[in-house]
Amino acid sequence: MSDAPLIDIKNVTHTFQTKSGPLQVLDDLNISVREGGFCAVVGPSGCGKSTLTRLVAGLLKPDEGEVWLHGERVKSPRSTVGMAFQNPVLLEWRTILQNVMLPMEIVPTKTTKKQQEERARYLLALVGLEGFEDKRPSELSGGMRQRASLCRSLVHQPDVLILDEPFGALDAFTREDLWQTMHKVKEKEPFTGLLITHDLRESIFLADQVVVLSGRPARAQYVLDVPMDGPRDLEHLYTHEAAEMLTILRHQIEIAQGRAPVGSPAEPA
Amino acid sequence: MFVHKVVVPVAAMVIFLLFWEALVWAMGWPNYKMASPSDLWPAYVKYADLFVINSWQTLWRTVAGLGLAIIFGTLLGMVMGFSRIMREALYPLLVGFNAVPKATVVPIVALMFVGAHDFNTVLIAFMISFFPIAVSVSIGLSTLEPEYRDILAALGASKVTIFWKIALPKTLPEFFGALKVSVTLAFIGTNLMEIVSPHGRGLGALFDSGKTNSDYPLMFAVLIALAALGILLYYVVIALEKALAGWAVRD
Repeated sequence: MSDAPLIDIKNVTHTFQTKSGPLQVLDDLNISVREGGFCAVVGPSGCGKSTLTRLVAGLLKPDEGEVWLHGERVKSPRSTVGMAFQNPVLLEWRTILQNVMLPMEIVPTKTTKKQQEERARYLLALVGLEGFEDKRPSELSGGMRQRASLCRSLVHQPDVLILDEPFGALDAFTREDLWQTMHKVKEKEPFTGLLITHDLRESIFLADQVVVLSGRPARAQYVLDVPMDGPRDLEHLYTHEAAEMLTILRHQIEIAQGRAPVGSPAEPA
Repeated sequence: MFVHKVVVPVAAMVIFLLFWEALVWAMGWPNYKMASPSDLWPAYVKYADLFVINSWQTLWRTVAGLGLAIIFGTLLGMVMGFSRIMREALYPLLVGFNAVPKATVVPIVALMFVGAHDFNTVLIAFMISFFPIAVSVSIGLSTLEPEYRDILAALGASKVTIFWKIALPKTLPEFFGALKVSVTLAFIGTNLMEIVSPHGRGLGALFDSGKTNSDYPLMFAVLIALAALGILLYYVVIALEKALAGWAVRD
């Protein structure tokens, strides 16, 4: 069991029907993530990264190919998945605590209301939002809202966490803060992660595997293994190894964008 | 708080009445051209019981029509908000229906259900006021960002759950915006029928009898009574909005 990947995307092809005809976004895409792994997916904008998250979450069905989660084929949404988006989508008529508790109103659990509230409070404290439980979302900053959104995606103890550019709209300092929070959260609340991002530094700081998608229709063009395990400091981003990885990734993105020839060597930045 | 909510509006109203009185006095208008507030008071005293009975008639029929408009408008808005086909099918019909002046529908309805005065009046109040509600609910639902659906859909929540937990509360501010318009429209509908239909009930009928008897202060007094009822119902809507959608208001 432990050897089988927890997230397994097998030969997935997907096409949207648009007004100007069919638009193929994914082409024979293969990605697998081991249990407890954290996979970052990077690629040119508009290459179908968000479609990928919706396929894994079971919100969309692939035209061809299969998506498997913990050994079961995904045919519809499942409660073992947590999801967070670039837009924190907090409900304005609920307090932060009530927002975080929302998934537990949907997912059947054996826990009491009191235990659920304790869990929500624990997660809020973990991401540094202690004392903001009874505030409204409009009273929080963008970074704090994203922290609350992260708590909501984890509150029902999912084993798969899908993050669709969750830090994309934040300023650079807040983003780095949240990267560190992510490591802290993953240590206490283990999950298998799939992160969509357009930030290469973010991908090597958070993930242990970075998949570069080609331009549309997207296939897995390059897979980079990040030789770092568990939490890391921001200083790691300024090491020689990190610089090398970023150079390779940047070069792969240029290939995906069609700005560098396939197979050309990566020049140090 | 008290100063802002009570003193300021009341002071504005007193200034308005003084201005009106002064204008009529300065222009030397006779009361068949323009009655002044001081002419209205005797009318209220003289017909106090009629005002109470007829105000109640007008009020309950307006509220009943508005209630129907809320139920029907919300359902119609839901159908159009969730289904693109229904939206495209129903919009032209709805706009056409709304474009027909209700004053022209009044005699038709009065003939169609002759004698059913209460029913006719409620029907016109309903017909004139459901449109804004239907449109606002449908727009509120159809413009719901997909992420809002996805946070629950990704957990396997049903469409009904998503509607109750997210779509409905998120649409409430738009709904109340429309309801404020509908309240006034419903009053117009009720009065149209009361003036036309010969049953002698409601403030509209009182207005009509003032016209027949050339009692101009009475006609103006009815207008002011209608305005007062309109304000009353409007503030009921405001109170409901504050209780149900107060989160949308930022201080």
